[in-house]
Amino acid sequence: MSRFIERQPIWSLVILLAIALFTWLIFAVWPPGLEDAIGRKKVFLSAVFNGITLGGLYFLVASGFTLIFGLMRNVNLAHGSLYLFGGYVGYGISAATGSWILAFVVAFVVVAAIGILLQFLVFRRMEGQDLRQTMVTIGLSIVFADLMLWAFGGDFYQIQTPAWLIGPVQLPLMTAMKSSGEAVFLQYPLVRLVIFCGSVVIGVLMWLALNRTRVGMIVRAGVDDREILAATGVHIQLVFVLVFALGAGLAGIAGVVGGTFQSISPGEDTRFLLASLVVVIVGGMGSIPGAALGALIIGLAEQLGSVYIPTYAIVVTFLIMVLVLALRPQGLLARR
Amino acid sequence: MSLIQEARAREGMLAQPGTAPQPAAWSVTEQPWAWAVAALLLIMPLIANGFFLIEIFGTTLILGTIALSLMFLAGYGGMVSLMQLTIAGFAGYMVAVFGVSGNANISLGWPWWLATPTALVLAVLFGTLGGALAVRTEGIYTIMITLAIGAAFYYFTNQNWAIFNGHTGINTIATPHFIGIDWRSDIAFYYLTLAVAVACYGVVLYLSRAPFGLALQGVRDNPRRMAALGFNVNAHRIAAYAFAALIAGLGGVLQVWNYRQISPGSVAVERCIDILIVAVVGGVTRPVGAYIGAFIFVMLRTFALDFLVKVGLDGNRFRLLIGLGFLAIVFWSSDGVIGLYERWRKRGQHRDTRPGGHGHG
Repeated sequence: MSRFIERQPIWSLVILLAIALFTWLIFAVWPPGLEDAIGRKKVFLSAVFNGITLGGLYFLVASGFTLIFGLMRNVNLAHGSLYLFGGYVGYGISAATGSWILAFVVAFVVVAAIGILLQFLVFRRMEGQDLRQTMVTIGLSIVFADLMLWAFGGDFYQIQTPAWLIGPVQLPLMTAMKSSGEAVFLQYPLVRLVIFCGSVVIGVLMWLALNRTRVGMIVRAGVDDREILAATGVHIQLVFVLVFALGAGLAGIAGVVGGTFQSISPGEDTRFLLASLVVVIVGGMGSIPGAALGALIIGLAEQLGSVYIPTYAIVVTFLIMVLVLALRPQGLLARR
Repeated sequence: MSLIQEARAREGMLAQPGTAPQPAAWSVTEQPWAWAVAALLLIMPLIANGFFLIEIFGTTLILGTIALSLMFLAGYGGMVSLMQLTIAGFAGYMVAVFGVSGNANISLGWPWWLATPTALVLAVLFGTLGGALAVRTEGIYTIMITLAIGAAFYYFTNQNWAIFNGHTGINTIATPHFIGIDWRSDIAFYYLTLAVAVACYGVVLYLSRAPFGLALQGVRDNPRRMAALGFNVNAHRIAAYAFAALIAGLGGVLQVWNYRQISPGSVAVERCIDILIVAVVGGVTRPVGAYIGAFIFVMLRTFALDFLVKVGLDGNRFRLLIGLGFLAIVFWSSDGVIGLYERWRKRGQHRDTRPGGHGHG
């Protein structure tokens, strides 16, 4: 951190100022002139919260993607399909048993099992052939998409939010001041906050597992140089299978999350594939903290964009990607 | 790049025995199939009726031309770009926006001879900028970035109403009339697509042997060595993107004239991937592969429904069939149908030559 400030004083200042401005926008009571210029604070705060929680969802999808890519150099373009399938499985379980938690567990296990099968039956046979693996994942995504369309039809499904999570919660953030001097606070759906906290917990656990455990050490060594890792006697195929299972399982969980706060339907696979691609390109390929930062940026850009410039929102996301590629092609937090 | 290099290596092995009679490569006796196909394509309007002429052959030529642009990038440049259809779609949209269409509030109403070149120039610009982004990273990342560009463009056309008219798209786009011919009438349009396809094919063939094409192939095989020899690696790559964008743009213009409408569905991510499928199924080492792949794809798309129903399956499973076919090709032949054909021919040659060799020995 301090080394970054030493090396890039101007950028540090810009980033610091942006963060300060952002914090001020969130916590201060907006002066009337500002409200006239860009609308009410409530709209802005909701967009920010939607962006942050959407970022949590994007992180769940993209972290699996980046983990698989980092270790195996496999650009898994079927990742969106895994997400969508997780959503369908979660919907089935929650509709059948009424348990939301069980939906997560089953979706994780089922999609992770598919990941294991894929790694075992398909990708192990073409190890080291990046392009061919990617082609295969494209073929698989087509096949999966059509199979799911066959099985589930073109309908929208929404996973039932459990009763204890329904309803808004009041946050200690002022949106406006009434003329009587009484403060109005922001109301926000509880379920989105809970899900966001969940994804933060998962992110922290993943970071701990990667940085503080032996398996994590092996995975990190594999990201750096898998040939040498294999040469030191580590059973690398097992590590590959484990990582693929974890990455796929995370996509499955993300599917349940997406099915709860949005909906699942054919076409969502592509949307989330794009989101993970952009998040990973922005954040840095193969880096978990990068995925978190990228997800946050993209989630915020998407939501703020769709509030303030509705017909050009996607362009903002895209411009961020272009900017990152132009200034730092390896991604914001990648090492190299 | 293993897929392409592998196929290249095999082609190199194949080429060695047949290097002696080079000058005769264009004679009728050397390539009877090529001449037969060329003659057949020329007299096609005498054989095929409107449906086959446009829906099968016209569409094949258009799709093949777009796939040719990907073949050029992937085969000679080693860059698998998934945005070629996006460039084609962008050219189509620009024809609709600058030219005449049913959406008078959007279209500027320029005559075709002004709107079409403008669309092509903008498409080349789009492709060049996209390429300049994509060459910032290497190899496998190219797919990710170009796919992201394609998907972003699709979502953009969906949500933007000012230029792209949202998800309804632009309809009843005018097609050119000049020298007294309606160029959208079946036979005229067929010859137009044929002429464009032949021109693009010829230019790609020429470029593959021209200094630029050879340098590009050098960059594909060993960028560091080429850089050390003084070639500007990134400039060559971006130039390749620009040239491929021109070809894709031509295909896109023809496509929008063919359907007379364009909507986000025409530039969806699935369509982008279709182009990759067409190129890979045909084979990315030869320009002709793009057209072979396009023909197979169009035949499947048109007749798969009847075929699937006939064998007692659900006719809607066309994409499943395409996906499985693509997987099979990627699994077993790294060079698509061309690779299969050449393997088969090689086996035939072995059978012919082996007894002779024994006799001499």
